[in-house]
Amino acid sequence: MNPVFQGLTTIVLGVSGCIAYFYTSNLVLDRVLYPARGPRITENIARANQIRPWLFIFPALFVLFVYLAYPVVGSAFRSLFNRSGADFIGLGNYVALLQSPDFRRAFLNNALWALFVPAASVAFGLLAAQLTDKLAWGNAAKSLIFMPMAISFVGASLIWKFVYAVDSDIGLVNAILLGLFGVGPVDVLQIPFWNNFFLMFILIWIQTGFAMVILSAALRGIPEETVEAAIIDGANPFQTFFRIKVPQIFPTIVVVWTTITVGSLKIFDIVYATTGGNFGTEILPSYMMSFMFRDDGRATAVALVIMIIVLPVMISNIRQAQKEIR
Amino acid sequence: MDNIAGQKSSFVWASNIATLTLVLLWIIPTLGLFVSSFRDRDQISASGWWKAPFAVELTARGRTGADTAPEGDHFSVSGNIFDDREARAAFTGDPGAVSAFGIKGAEPRAFQVGTTADLGGGETLTVNPDGSYVWVTPEDPGNRGKRIYFAAKSPPKLTLANYRTVLTSDNMSRAFMNTLTVAVPATIIPILVAAFAAYSLAWMEFKIRGLLIAGIVGLLVVPIQLALVPVLNLHNAVGIGQSFPGIWLAHTGFGMPLAVYLLRNYMAGLPRDIIECARVDGATDFQIFVKIILPLSLPALASFAIFQFLWTWNDLLVAKVFLPSADEYKVMTVKIADDLLGSRGGDWGILAAAAFVSIAVPLAVFFSLQRFLVRGLLAGSVK
Repeated sequence: MNPVFQGLTTIVLGVSGCIAYFYTSNLVLDRVLYPARGPRITENIARANQIRPWLFIFPALFVLFVYLAYPVVGSAFRSLFNRSGADFIGLGNYVALLQSPDFRRAFLNNALWALFVPAASVAFGLLAAQLTDKLAWGNAAKSLIFMPMAISFVGASLIWKFVYAVDSDIGLVNAILLGLFGVGPVDVLQIPFWNNFFLMFILIWIQTGFAMVILSAALRGIPEETVEAAIIDGANPFQTFFRIKVPQIFPTIVVVWTTITVGSLKIFDIVYATTGGNFGTEILPSYMMSFMFRDDGRATAVALVIMIIVLPVMISNIRQAQKEIR
Repeated sequence: MDNIAGQKSSFVWASNIATLTLVLLWIIPTLGLFVSSFRDRDQISASGWWKAPFAVELTARGRTGADTAPEGDHFSVSGNIFDDREARAAFTGDPGAVSAFGIKGAEPRAFQVGTTADLGGGETLTVNPDGSYVWVTPEDPGNRGKRIYFAAKSPPKLTLANYRTVLTSDNMSRAFMNTLTVAVPATIIPILVAAFAAYSLAWMEFKIRGLLIAGIVGLLVVPIQLALVPVLNLHNAVGIGQSFPGIWLAHTGFGMPLAVYLLRNYMAGLPRDIIECARVDGATDFQIFVKIILPLSLPALASFAIFQFLWTWNDLLVAKVFLPSADEYKVMTVKIADDLLGSRGGDWGILAAAAFVSIAVPLAVFFSLQRFLVRGLLAGSVK
């Protein structure tokens, strides 16, 4: 079957299936199982109202369970078995990982990503938010800085690979190096250690817009009296910004920071499309993909390491959510 | 805050300039690739994209003709270098004017155009800007013409040829349809499922509601990497395997926590009065949801739809794992990352065109629906 046709059929079937499920399950509940009539009317209505939330939430819960909750356990379980999945090897995969210099490299690089990307994105985002706030053309500027959000990581990698190209007639970086400093062509993606930062900058370029949008909303939410009071007391713009505004939006900065940190632990596309993990640029997600389809045991072990790193963020998010609900 | 004390005009200037710098830094890379996607492939490798509006000097080589008539003690051959097939083939369009010529590959600019070069031993060569030449030699050239190297200034040339090549010969049109086929159902299907769940988590009372919300918040950050192996094995076990239905289901699952979370937050913020009035008037939960909540939640639904569409359109990881690796199943990101970056590694015109074919749709969505995107981001993150 033609995939486009299959896609259209799926949309129609999926949407009508959803509607049919919700409609008929409600109907069955109200008319057949616990009809709102007869001698037990009160009891029936109460029962129906106890069950209905579950009817509404069941499809979503089912999908969440199969695609996210079960895999956490499934991956943890699978990582205890060898390549073929036949033999239980306990923590063998993890031991092998710890002994592998490639894994250590990927882990350290990823730690660098998780520190540097959020820090730089938040810094640039905060700067952009503050600068554009007062300008007449601020919204247009924001729009342009925000634009990379819409571009795929692969597209962004290509865009930056072009900037980093070795040929000074193609790559802007080498053209500037040659034109201003007369330095010969440099392949920035092959400079040991520092090439990681050139890759990170691609993600920073994408995430700054995200940080800017959220921080800019937070900055606008600051009560004006506090800023006015500071200005009247003689604070200069920098003091107002760092001593008055930043402390007030600090909770938002933390949220943005953690969101970008988690993102930098999951994104494999950039490394994959630029260096393919060569020249010492491997990070955990790309390292995991090098085992995908070859050694499920090792692949799931790497995935679990990523999960363990993300775990503190997850727990604090859950705590936060529980506080808000109460 | 513009009207109060403490604003200095120098500070305003500084922030204008700083913003401009930042914006330029942010758009120049994209602009460069965009300009390059319209440039002729010879011109791309001959001069940087920032010189695209200027003429480009390309070097090429050709061979003169050998039809000659003896004139006294020497032979003279004349003709036009652009009549030579090899020289002509170096230029895809109008070659422009010859600016210099030479007879060694290492020095294609040895002699100025229009002058007569003394090649020694009574041999001379003249090449004019229009490509016409006169070669005078004391020996009979036989049937072998003289090798000429030359540089020609081509006028700047913008073409759609790269796009044509990418869409026809590189199967990018197929990949475009595949991306569309993945993204649209994977955006639409989760919305309704998530909306019902969000309503029950926002407005219906039941025991472990708080626990479920916390659980969904937790699932928001679960790395997709964790799901790849178990879910793919599950798909293989139930017969879905690597296929379009498989990737639709996977994207539905991976997008579900954000969908439920965003929609629940939005729905929980709707005015309680409306819902309670409807309840008092005897509306059932199903009616309240369909007739009141759903229409009121349209902005949140749109926000999520944009997120999910951008995410599924731009995704590489899920497509690599849940679709077969055969060429006819490749989406654009896979096509670019796996095929073009390898086989067309240095062909920047083609790569640039491919990149812009793949980011045109997300950019259009972004610029037309930015409002909803921003709203969704704020609902998802600001607490």
